[in-house]
Amino acid sequence: MIRVELPQHLRTLAKVGREVQLDVPGSVTLGSVLDALEARYPTLQGTIRDHVTLQRRPFLRFFACEQDLSHEPPDAPLPEAVASGKEPLLVIGAIAGG
Amino acid sequence: MSGVRVLVGTRKGAFILTADGKREKWDVSGPHFAGWEMYHLKGSPVDPNRIYASQTSGWFGQIIQRSDDGGKTWHQPGAPAGEPAAPGGMPKGDSNKFVYDTSPGTGKTLTTHQWYDGTQHPWEFKRVWHMEPSLTDANTVYAGVEDAALFKSTDGGESWAELSGLRGHGTGPNWQPGAGGMCLHTIILDPSDPNRIYIAISAAGAFRTDDGGKRWKPINRGLKSQYIPDPAAEVGHCVHHVAMHKSRPDVLFMQKHWDIMRSDDAGDNWREVSGNLPTDFGFVIDVHAHEPETVYVVPIKSDSEHYVHDAKLRVYRSRTGGNEWEPLTKGLPQKDCYVNVLRDAMAVDSLDKCGIYFGTTGGQVYASPDAGDSWAPIVRDLPAVLSVEVQTLA
Repeated sequence: MIRVELPQHLRTLAKVGREVQLDVPGSVTLGSVLDALEARYPTLQGTIRDHVTLQRRPFLRFFACEQDLSHEPPDAPLPEAVASGKEPLLVIGAIAGG
Repeated sequence: MSGVRVLVGTRKGAFILTADGKREKWDVSGPHFAGWEMYHLKGSPVDPNRIYASQTSGWFGQIIQRSDDGGKTWHQPGAPAGEPAAPGGMPKGDSNKFVYDTSPGTGKTLTTHQWYDGTQHPWEFKRVWHMEPSLTDANTVYAGVEDAALFKSTDGGESWAELSGLRGHGTGPNWQPGAGGMCLHTIILDPSDPNRIYIAISAAGAFRTDDGGKRWKPINRGLKSQYIPDPAAEVGHCVHHVAMHKSRPDVLFMQKHWDIMRSDDAGDNWREVSGNLPTDFGFVIDVHAHEPETVYVVPIKSDSEHYVHDAKLRVYRSRTGGNEWEPLTKGLPQKDCYVNVLRDAMAVDSLDKCGIYFGTTGGQVYASPDAGDSWAPIVRDLPAVLSVEVQTLA
């Protein structure tokens, strides 16, 4: 299972805890994990990436295994530790606005 | 017994203030959607328990919320009301989806508007500024969005479609954002004609449709804006808000960036009625529920100093449809006051006497149960108030 950690406001929206676990078919990439997340919790559609362009929202970042994956292409494989469920993919709200 | 419910949107959540018809003792509930910007909440005139809310965030985008029990509980349209949000019971996600029409023959040729530097810029959805429920159907609601466009839902907010004739009438590429963004912030439905809708955009101006939203015309003749190349241009005016009395849908009152304006012919022609106001800059404007010639504004010092004039919070009332204004100060701070009152942050109830309500960027919500003669704060220390709407309950 793939583990994804969500920021507080998205946990409230999806009515879930800090971390969700997802079954991701096929290769584990940023795109496939977000597809699975939105399929399981459709209320999160549009909150992490744009509905149409699927571009990451500007004030959100993706981290895992102490790496910033925010600018990785959506079809790039995620680290093995994420694919194996050892480490979570972190969706982080940028610290902005004072 | 009659009562009122005041729906308050703030920078950090929504609050619901309720009182009986005396409007003396208030209950305050909230924050709902704590930490989110609540641009606007408005109840259906058909079913007062149906309330629509725009929940938005620079981080997480746009969410639409709906209550079917007068604000006690909320859900995203499409999610069964009151059911736990287990994976099988989640909404479809379309309630958050505002996609500009790009289909052939409608929006396809109108994909850009004017940017700050004069170049053309793609339309990019940012947020919903204003929600206007239908006068006849609780499941029909309009949404005014930034970048400026009008959307409509006929399924209680579960899905949205653009009324793209507005962007498609030809002047769209000349619209440009004001300092607050290029927002469609005012939607007025004509109670006497279901096909007539007025809208206003900063900074494009006011527009009207007479066929339910298929075709639109700019209605800005008579507006003069000194800060644009052609002060009397067909579009490009920074209209801040427009108000109408339901008994006279052809009479409109406008707070423009500068100037209070009035139209007696459904917006075809406007004339200035700023009269003796200390400054005619401001954001809010509203009309008394029972006296269609009684109008309220809150003058703001200037467009570079967004706070009240002379450090005094004064509502100005005209009983003559403009030009002659009297300051209303009883119960309002008359020194050291530096708040603003934003465009959607004033509303009236329909009790007798008419109640007037407004919220400030300092977090106060003031109420007057006597048409403005006297005021008292309902709450003093909310986050900055973005919007105020009132429901009069039987």
